Amino acid sequence: MEELTTLVMAKYNYWGVVILLGIGLYAMIAKNNLVKKIIGMNIFQTAIILFYISISTKYGASIPIIHHGHGHTIHPADYMNPLPHVLMLTAIVVSVATLGVALALAVRIYNHHDTLEEDEVLSQLTTDESTQA
Amino acid sequence: MKSFGLACVVLLCAALIYSTMNFPDWGSLNSPASEHVSDYYIQNALEETAVPNLVTAVLADYRGYDTLFETTVILTAGFACFFLLRRYRRKPPPYRLYRHIETGVTLIIEQGGKEPTESEEFMRIDSQWVPYDLVIQKAARLVIPFLQLFALYVIFHGHHSPGGGFQGGVILGATLILLAIANDLRSTTKRISERISAQLASTGVLVYAGTGALCLLLGANFLDYSALSRLIATDPVMARSHGILLVEIGVAIAVSAVMIWIYYNLVSAGRHDEGL
Amino acid sequence: MIWQLDLIILALVIISGIAAISVRDLLGASILFGAYSFLMCLLWAVMGAVDVAFTEASVGAGVSTVFFVAAVFRTARRSKD
Repeated sequence: MEELTTLVMAKYNYWGVVILLGIGLYAMIAKNNLVKKIIGMNIFQTAIILFYISISTKYGASIPIIHHGHGHTIHPADYMNPLPHVLMLTAIVVSVATLGVALALAVRIYNHHDTLEEDEVLSQLTTDESTQA
Repeated sequence: MKSFGLACVVLLCAALIYSTMNFPDWGSLNSPASEHVSDYYIQNALEETAVPNLVTAVLADYRGYDTLFETTVILTAGFACFFLLRRYRRKPPPYRLYRHIETGVTLIIEQGGKEPTESEEFMRIDSQWVPYDLVIQKAARLVIPFLQLFALYVIFHGHHSPGGGFQGGVILGATLILLAIANDLRSTTKRISERISAQLASTGVLVYAGTGALCLLLGANFLDYSALSRLIATDPVMARSHGILLVEIGVAIAVSAVMIWIYYNLVSAGRHDEGL
Repeated sequence: MIWQLDLIILALVIISGIAAISVRDLLGASILFGAYSFLMCLLWAVMGAVDVAFTEASVGAGVSTVFFVAAVFRTARRSKD
């Protein structure tokens, strides 16, 4: 029982990340609507960012802004690891850029096919090909 | 298809949970991510760059090359939305709606009819216009200058507090989007036209790359800001701090312009006549 | 880094993530996505990543939700699943 509690306390954050990855991946694969797929893509991206942030935490440390002044020695155990934060800032900005382009593509598909459901778009495309060929 | 997808996802999640048994504990002090180079950043960033906010120092100075290309990615996304969606209308729309302000009567003018000019009595409205939005217009008009001032504070104070170029640029872009939602899209397009926002976005990336090229011209490596101490007449440590501020300003200009540009193209599906 | 707060907000994040992809009305799905984004921002702030939380609050819960609502405005509002 003690071991189980220690195990859960040490790992539950990673399990939460895995569940969110599963939700995002399921939405991208199995949903028919294009906007739902785009929401699933964003859920996947933020789950990855959560994973990186959670490996940069340290128990008992403070935020990565140095609050002494000059002249004091700085112990690395007092501050959170800033390197994953930097990488994830880039990831968030890239995710909003990808979101803009994905929504532009969805609007174009709607203008052309008059629907956003994937199976209806596919059936329109196959009937177009069979009438052309 | 759905059950097959669900089975695949459950299998993948089970495999990932099995692999998390080997991860380092959450919050431990000797996890491998915190061992090698991040200790150097924590201990030396303040004396080498005079910037207490470690994330800004690492983002704009030690890893400045990544940030340059991230800004280029944002600019490319703006261009991609523009090329995908923009439609220049060559002929006028089939009908336009004008509203007489005092009586509230709406006129529908077909193509070829004589249109009343926009004046004190008639205003042009969208096809899905809802009246009684005076409160939103006036409230947004009061709040937007303070939001922009806060965005400028976030950009310039990014050395000492959480914030920096991206956050301030996104808030600045969001104020312009608020202006476009509270009023017409056309009135905002007259103030901040698409041409100005595209030029500002490119100027932001030019400021960032130009700072790096300036350091190259002064004899140091690309994006090595300590070479700026020859121009600004301070010591190399403060020159790095000022170089970080310059590139953050470039990033903020680029990001705010691209946010409003993508919004213009997305909300009107490229035609820039009606909006939310 | 308070683990009780972390656990509660993680549970709320998972619930809003499941809700955002299950709701049939696309406008409701985008607002739920905005709520998911804001709860993620709180989670990262509890873990000490203040810069990342600031960026997610302005980008995810601000601009990203507006883009979704603008795209739903220009396309259909109901979805079949």
